[in-house]
Amino acid sequence: MSLFNVMTIAASALTAQSARLNATASNLANAESLTGPDGKPYKAKQVIFQAMPVTSDGSVGVRVAGVVESATPGRNVYDPKNPAANEQGYVEMPNVNVVEEMTNMISASRAYQTNTEIMSAAKTLMLKTLAIAQ
Amino acid sequence: MSDSFDQHLGSLRSVANMRAYRQELLATNIANADTPNYKARDFDFQAALENVKAGRGNFAMARTSPRHLKGDNVGGAGNVPAGVNVLYRSEFQPNVDGNSVNMDVERSAFAENAVQLETTLTLIQQEFHRMQTAIQGQ
Repeated sequence: MSLFNVMTIAASALTAQSARLNATASNLANAESLTGPDGKPYKAKQVIFQAMPVTSDGSVGVRVAGVVESATPGRNVYDPKNPAANEQGYVEMPNVNVVEEMTNMISASRAYQTNTEIMSAAKTLMLKTLAIAQ
Repeated sequence: MSDSFDQHLGSLRSVANMRAYRQELLATNIANADTPNYKARDFDFQAALENVKAGRGNFAMARTSPRHLKGDNVGGAGNVPAGVNVLYRSEFQPNVDGNSVNMDVERSAFAENAVQLETTLTLIQQEFHRMQTAIQGQ
């Protein structure tokens, strides 16, 4: 039934957008992390969205196809006293672009909000359908 | 009496079905507002209703081999209601990532369609009330 599919679709979008918000949170938290678990500077993570069927009858929702690390080079900061500095005295910082992350965060939270509204609209309509013969 | 009643309720039912399906399509568009290369889809409700009224409902293609194209975006195929022909929305402002979802268009269409569906459901409800009145004779 179509209205239940609306719920499934909106739910898939909520999951995807919260994964994106998760990646943004991780990126912003690690904007100054000089070393990650591998000893190298933290790399910004981005989620890849993909449209895909979420129900057996072919309703198309969205899912996170994968998480990729941004390939942009990290910015170099001159700080010879830092233990992580190279021979020239430069420290490689994470490649997190704070402005980009902030816009990503706003976009993700707005999209999340929209999809919750879709869900509540579908719910109202479903209740209305249930009340037909009353 | 019961004949005309069935007829009226039948057309309301197909309208409600199409509205619910359109709601699903618009939800898909909104869910994929950030998906690269996703193309927004919708159908012309008026044309679909004309199709149903004229008895042109089923556009599904007969497949004699599993390797034939399914053509699953037309009325009668899969969960698509009869008479509906799902098309891609023409682009208003092209996006760099190939996504053609315009949030304003989708959201207003979603709100409009929700009201229309609610109206249809109210009409169905009133039809049942009329039936009840006729049965009770009050």
